[in-house]
Amino acid sequence: MITTSVGCQTELTDAERLQAAQLDRVWQEPAGFIGWFKAVHHTTIGRRYFFTALLFFLLAGLLAGAMRLQLAFPEAHFLSNDKYNQIFTMHGSTMMFLFAVPMMFETFSVYLVPLMVGTRNIAFPRLNAYSYYLYAFGGLMFYIAFVCNTGADRGWFSYVPLAGPDYGPGKRPDFWAQLITFTEVSALAVAVETIVTVFRLRAPGMSLNRIPIFVWGQVVVAFMVIFALPGVVLSSTMLLLDRTCSTQFFNPAVGGDVLLFQHLFWWFGHPEVYLIFIPGTAIVSTIVTTFSRRHVFGYLVLVLAMVATGFMAFGLWVHHMFATGIPQIAESYFTAASMMIAIPTGAQIFCWIATMATGKVVLRTPLWWVIGFFFVFVMGGMTGIFVASVPVDLQVHDTYFVVAHFHYVLIGGAVFPLFGAITYWFPKLTGRMMSEKLGQLSFWLFFVGFNVTFFPMHLVGLRGMPRRVYTYPPNMGWTQLNQIESLGYILLFLSVCILLWNMFKSARSGAIAGPNPWNAGTLEWATTSPPPCYNFLHLPTVNGREAIWDATPNQPVVVGLDEDARSFLTTRTLDAEPDGRDEFPSPSIWPFLAAVATSLAFIGSIFTPWGITIGAIPVAITMIAWFWPKRQPAERRRAREIWQSE
Amino acid sequence: MRAAIPILVLSAALALNGCKREQRVFDPGSSGSQVANGVPLNEVHAGGPVSLSDASKYEGSAYAVGEGKRLYEAYNCVGCHAHGGGAIGPALMDSQWIYGSRPEQIYSDIVQGRPNGMPSYAGKIPDYQVWELVAYVRSMSGQLPSDVAPSRSDEMPVKKAEQAQPKEHPADENPQPVQQGRPQ
Amino acid sequence: MILAAVPGFQGNQTALNPVGPGAAHIEFEFSLIFWITTAVYCIVLLVLVIAVARKRHSFEAMPEPLTTTPESDRIAKRSVGAAMIATVILLFIMLVGSFETSRALGSMNPENALTIDVYGHQWWWEVQYPNDEAYKTVVTANEIHLPVGVPIRIHGTSRDVIHSFWAPNVQGKRDLMPGYETEIMMQIDQPGAWRGQCAEYCGEQHAHMSFYMVAETKDQFAKWLNDQAQSSVSPSTPETARGQQVFLTHACVLCHTIRGTPAGSRVGPDLTHVASRTTIAAGELPNTVGNLGGWILNAQGIKPGCRMPPNQLSGSELQDLLAYLETLK
Repeated sequence: MITTSVGCQTELTDAERLQAAQLDRVWQEPAGFIGWFKAVHHTTIGRRYFFTALLFFLLAGLLAGAMRLQLAFPEAHFLSNDKYNQIFTMHGSTMMFLFAVPMMFETFSVYLVPLMVGTRNIAFPRLNAYSYYLYAFGGLMFYIAFVCNTGADRGWFSYVPLAGPDYGPGKRPDFWAQLITFTEVSALAVAVETIVTVFRLRAPGMSLNRIPIFVWGQVVVAFMVIFALPGVVLSSTMLLLDRTCSTQFFNPAVGGDVLLFQHLFWWFGHPEVYLIFIPGTAIVSTIVTTFSRRHVFGYLVLVLAMVATGFMAFGLWVHHMFATGIPQIAESYFTAASMMIAIPTGAQIFCWIATMATGKVVLRTPLWWVIGFFFVFVMGGMTGIFVASVPVDLQVHDTYFVVAHFHYVLIGGAVFPLFGAITYWFPKLTGRMMSEKLGQLSFWLFFVGFNVTFFPMHLVGLRGMPRRVYTYPPNMGWTQLNQIESLGYILLFLSVCILLWNMFKSARSGAIAGPNPWNAGTLEWATTSPPPCYNFLHLPTVNGREAIWDATPNQPVVVGLDEDARSFLTTRTLDAEPDGRDEFPSPSIWPFLAAVATSLAFIGSIFTPWGITIGAIPVAITMIAWFWPKRQPAERRRAREIWQSE
Repeated sequence: MRAAIPILVLSAALALNGCKREQRVFDPGSSGSQVANGVPLNEVHAGGPVSLSDASKYEGSAYAVGEGKRLYEAYNCVGCHAHGGGAIGPALMDSQWIYGSRPEQIYSDIVQGRPNGMPSYAGKIPDYQVWELVAYVRSMSGQLPSDVAPSRSDEMPVKKAEQAQPKEHPADENPQPVQQGRPQ
Repeated sequence: MILAAVPGFQGNQTALNPVGPGAAHIEFEFSLIFWITTAVYCIVLLVLVIAVARKRHSFEAMPEPLTTTPESDRIAKRSVGAAMIATVILLFIMLVGSFETSRALGSMNPENALTIDVYGHQWWWEVQYPNDEAYKTVVTANEIHLPVGVPIRIHGTSRDVIHSFWAPNVQGKRDLMPGYETEIMMQIDQPGAWRGQCAEYCGEQHAHMSFYMVAETKDQFAKWLNDQAQSSVSPSTPETARGQQVFLTHACVLCHTIRGTPAGSRVGPDLTHVASRTTIAAGELPNTVGNLGGWILNAQGIKPGCRMPPNQLSGSELQDLLAYLETLK
């Protein structure tokens, strides 16, 4: 549907045209059916991440519709209790593991970060491809299981002992546990790539204090991924071992501990929501900058706020366990930490408002979504203070009040910025503008629909309705509120349909965008829309925080890299002075095959522990083939050079 | 790489088997709820004909086998048979079956009772619960596939989990076809 | 509380209608946070709306970016600084409020509290009133009576998976976890029946796992406790005698206890005084003869997946059984 062919480069000299053709020859993505599986360019993989994550968002949204239909009437029989339990678990797990992190972190990192730092590809391109296939296979496995009545049904956090071997018969929790394995390996891979890309592949002149805030956000998230994910990988692996190998990690009868699972899970689970939210703030910073027509106010504060949030996020996890009877000193500490994390977030909010208040605000659809973000996310942040306080949390924990809170912060903090980002970067992705009218319509429908659906949940939770109930008695005073919520879903559904229609229609017949329709400042707008397969005709250098706005009239470009190989420049971490060059690998089928082998090993291990041992063999074979050293032609040439430094 | 295809097919088969393995029937209907009353001499039965091959339906469902495990404790089978190792009652996890190892035979054992102390549960518990118990008892000697058999319980471990139990081979494992009403 | 005026907030399962000091302390902190956060929200959003409204331009094309200097951002710096200070101060106020509330809740722990043991089961609540003299221990299910104005210590654990004991009018919730013993202090100052519900997903019938806390005068409570400690009423009519026989010769005896009869199983709720309870099926159905009969015949139709199997009884058997059970006050 969307091609990476070179767009019309206006005003190219003949020499540049030759150069573009040469780069195109070297960097072009392989064609054909098999070629599709060999792709290693970050824009290709990034697009695949985007559409896959969007698909999972839509699937989870449909599941939510089923839930709202069941809850619209007391003691309804639209869904059996078993089906409802599967559906709410699938909804939560899909949204958290298959949509939120893959979209907010992986898609945006993979597609945008290399463009924003001014390099030709993401670091470790084949690992990038591998991570995508693993993510896709994990999601596919999860949904095939669901279709076969084996959908996870113990909640998205799958507490033991309910998900354990004694109380979770069958294979449902095992598929949940392996979904974790798939998606977390994938996220870890992208985290490593992001950090290396940002630390070593930036355009010359892009010192640390000139890195776009968006990129800072993704770096912070990448570090958080590395530290947080081991918690959930451990807990899900221990769960799987308990269920398949009779280990006793969570068996209280012999000294195991059910709370161990909760600690390990929430050590990941709390940073997880910041993995979703921080990219949202990164997007908001970018859109606010562009649509206020000025450098963002408080760059240092914004960056430090994201870093502080990233650190503090690791100190809050027990607030998910306040009801388990923790010692009072722990209660006090985690309440204090949970409230204090509002400080860096508040700093960000104030800086953004200050940027708009001192700039020239241009109200277009992306900014409307950002304004919606303010209304919705800040409300969620306020209810977050309620749940941060232990006594109040003891009343609202595991009720619909919390459901309202996290939908406000997650949809407000991620989905609103995401839809703004889609509208904002759609021109870069496709070369065409989205319809402003349809964009406004879908925004207002979504904003109203969201509040109609989720605001009453605060009230119904305070009126005593717990979470994860497949139905409720008729005279509790909950019926009307539930019906309002279910009606609100219809508005949300319509809004997303309009958004999809807008995307579809605009991709075919929207106004041509050109390289920089928003006159924005970051480097992705310094190339054609969509970007060619080599990203930039001339690798840029950077003179300020907003690379395009702060560029001098004769801003130099990088010259001298080999143009008949996939060369790239490495620069120093602090000040981005060039310090070396290397070569990206060519397209390869081995990441795909390695992902297939890994998936089979993971899926096999659900049914037998031998799955890992036997499955390791094809994984080893494919990975050996992948890493088999190949002498690149450029290496030989470079071996004869003499490198001169100043 | 070549092995990937059969593994993929096997995984698909295992996944598709999930439809049967994950079946949860909470309300067994009027025929399943009939109080167990011994092996019927004919198939005429209030609520519809009872099929003696009900067993496979229960043995294929992890939930049903799990229910059987719960009932094994609740109805105090543990008191005489321990957790399969036997005490004053015979062991149930080995390959020795005094009255036969087939599901219908175990069903009769439970419903009719047996000499030397096995009580009769006729008239006490519904039919479907007897079948669940039968399925669980058979899992104790490894007769059920490992994805259906229960895994370890949240109690002190006294034996291997049923899913890890090696499959025992009772003497009547491959029986001649039985004709009803005629002695073997 | 403004919200109390909204219909539904006068209910018997709501955190905003406190009937005891636990929920009342929490409601105070809730109000404090509510008013501060509402004010902050309104102010922040108002500033945003004003900023956008004042500064927006309707250009067709995007205008050139502004140049900014540290001078020109001076006001912005001061405003953001002030807002940050205000944020920190307000957070501290709410934090201190939270600590004070926690302390108040933690001080509800006198030595003379009445201890009640609660055991979570899938999907019902086993309730025990322990007594130093074992024969005075009361075992019941799903309905907790307690005297008004007396501190109660709910001491609990779970017999299977994690549950959460939560009666919002009375107090916050406490998880019941296998391998752990947890405690929470409660006190009810208003007589009445206050409904609670399990608040930790515990399986197929988590949605139908409720209980009632019935607060009554000290005398009423003492009488109730004494009655509950008695053995069951012996059948006095032929109908009820037959009913007892139905109980003892069918599946009932495999799971339920009726003290004073040979039935002593601990798998399901104790039925010695089942007719004294206002609800059955863990707070889900009013305890009427009709509901009880329906529950006995096919509990799976009401709570699919619950542990009670269907029982096929003839009409007369059922009538006799119900007549007997109705005498178990």
